Amino acid sequence: MLSIKNLHASVEGKEILKGINLEIKAGEVHAIMGPNGSGKSTLSQVLAGNEAFEVTEGEVTLNGENLLELETEERAREGIFLAFQYPVEIPGVSNLQFLRTAVNAMRQHKGEGEMNAAEFMKLAKEVSKQVDLDPAFLKRGVNEGFSGGEKKRNEIMQALLLQPKLAILDETDSGLDIDALQVVSNGVNALRAEDRAILMVTHYQRLLNHIVPDYVHVLAGGKIVKSGGRELALELEERGYGWLGIKDEEAANSAN
Amino acid sequence: MATTDKEVNELIKREYEHGFVTEIESDTFEPGLNEDVIARLSAIKKEPQWMLDWRLKAYRRWLEMDEPDWAHVGYPKVDYNSISYYSAPKRKEDMPQSLDEVDPELLKTYEKLGIPLHEREKLAGVAVDAVFDSVSVATTFKEPLAKAGVIFCSISEAIQDYPELVQKYLGTVVPHGDNFFAALNSAVFSDGTFVYVPKGVRCPMELSTYFRINAANTGQFERTLIIAEDSSYVSYLEGCTAPMRDENQLHAAVVELVALDDAQIKYSTVQNWYPGDENGKGGIFNFVTKRGACIGKNSKISWTQVETGSAVTWKYPSCVLRGDNSVGEFYSVALTNNFQQADTGTKMVHLGKNTSSTIISKGISAGKSSNAYRGLVKFGPGAEGARNFTQCDSLLIGDRCGAHTFPYIESKNKSAIVEHEATTSKVSDEQMFLCRQRGIEPEQAVSMIVNGFCKEVFKELPMEFAVEAGKLLEVSLEGSVG
Repeated sequence: MLSIKNLHASVEGKEILKGINLEIKAGEVHAIMGPNGSGKSTLSQVLAGNEAFEVTEGEVTLNGENLLELETEERAREGIFLAFQYPVEIPGVSNLQFLRTAVNAMRQHKGEGEMNAAEFMKLAKEVSKQVDLDPAFLKRGVNEGFSGGEKKRNEIMQALLLQPKLAILDETDSGLDIDALQVVSNGVNALRAEDRAILMVTHYQRLLNHIVPDYVHVLAGGKIVKSGGRELALELEERGYGWLGIKDEEAANSAN
Repeated sequence: MATTDKEVNELIKREYEHGFVTEIESDTFEPGLNEDVIARLSAIKKEPQWMLDWRLKAYRRWLEMDEPDWAHVGYPKVDYNSISYYSAPKRKEDMPQSLDEVDPELLKTYEKLGIPLHEREKLAGVAVDAVFDSVSVATTFKEPLAKAGVIFCSISEAIQDYPELVQKYLGTVVPHGDNFFAALNSAVFSDGTFVYVPKGVRCPMELSTYFRINAANTGQFERTLIIAEDSSYVSYLEGCTAPMRDENQLHAAVVELVALDDAQIKYSTVQNWYPGDENGKGGIFNFVTKRGACIGKNSKISWTQVETGSAVTWKYPSCVLRGDNSVGEFYSVALTNNFQQADTGTKMVHLGKNTSSTIISKGISAGKSSNAYRGLVKFGPGAEGARNFTQCDSLLIGDRCGAHTFPYIESKNKSAIVEHEATTSKVSDEQMFLCRQRGIEPEQAVSMIVNGFCKEVFKELPMEFAVEAGKLLEVSLEGSVG
């Protein structure tokens, strides 16, 4: 589904990604782990098309199509979804209006008719229950005054509504207490499907107890230095990153 | 992120939709202003002597006045002798007696503006008084209003038919020598709207006027007078457009509102005069004096404005809160783009006891425009227990525009309470990225973000116009949509 070859990317002239290679097939769940500053978030931003990052080399294809040629919104319509680490507020725009605009943009792209307000309300209410959000949230401004946990649940709710082909979860577990982590994980597990891939970016192993990945990759200094199965994450928890020849600080320095 | 700015710049390059000129014959005065011109104007309108005297008094006062230069705007000096002070569509017969008799070209103009009079009559229940250049063309819905005892007609008609009402109230809120532009208007106003709502009557429908400047080199000087007697209620909306012309055109209107005991007036404006092209050429100079007097106790005047047009805007819809417990409100969205300049705000003058006022101002600047909020909150010695709340928010789109806030507070009463909140924000790259990552087109995203920013004001507009205002913002911001 997603194929990343020798991907290099930089921000403000500084190279962060230094040759990423990764193949993700439909139905698979991949976890990318790594110390701070290793380029995890950059990878997710680059895939989603954040124009603050410049791709200097390499290629990325989604089902054979060159992803890097597409605008951010086109990538989204092709099925790339990014659950943000820090979702931004849009004051005055209701969550409901925002979500309906997004869903209808996708539907239009697929040649389906727009959903009217009543139809959408019904759907949105159902999905909000899946992530344990009070439907009253739908009427509030996008992320306006949401707690950290509410923002994360809201992100997962959007993924459930938009039904992407590839869901990229950027540190979705950060700042969550154990109950919220369970709710969010349930939401993500509900996303798992044969025709969908999930790419999780996380600093901590604990998320992987709830959402069990098929593959785990370790990112350090802008490169994938080690790949393995579920057991790699457990090993990292036990032994840290040192045995792979990386230290957190070192990695941070090389990326900055 | 430079890319967002680039996108936004493309979005805000847009065409003015209402920039067509209507080919109709019109009677237009030679440019120039003197006492003869005023006398001719008054004679054409068959005005009584007192009206002419008042005009001349204002003119003589105007001659002694200087054009104000304190606003945060810059524009070439207006040559008041190069303007024609009267332009009327030439009628094939006499005055049209009903809509069917109105020049079809004119009606087509209104169709293009999106105000099909026939449809409005049936669907929206809106009575429309359409002012085209200087004269009132057609007023719909007169009959049902007459049944309720509401007078809704052009000010010219009112001078003929209800001289005692006009004489009693004209110039009581905005005196003939109030300011440079108000004095000019008092001297040469050619038409406008008159509304009178009798005691205890709730006006059965929204009243509405559409203004349009069509002829070249004409100024439009409409005069609006609304009187709400004890315990009455009226909601009034005005909309404005003008064709695209290279030269600047002057619009200097005066609006006076009078609310007596327990009366309420809601006055909404959707102003979309031609703003000039993307290089700042042409456009309307919108120098307007709007003021409401809450004379009666418990009365209320509420101004809502959506200002997206004009090259230069100078406008401060104000409330004089004389009656005890009276309430003044000002809700404003002002959007400037390209080289537009706006200096707009309000004055809330608290004179009576327990008077209260609310100011919500939303300024949006894009392109190389300049957008200033200027507001005065004043408490007189008798304004015991009075209070004001002001919220003043600015939104910047791109990095070449400016937003300015000039709040003035004067208090002569120690018990008065003032609250003032102000924010400035940008349409951020993060907001744009979030929207686009969800598949939303950039221009739709900008429009959604701006609409969200204006929500508090839009909810004050009459329902059907809230939708219109949202669309207008969209058109004002976008290149292709609309």
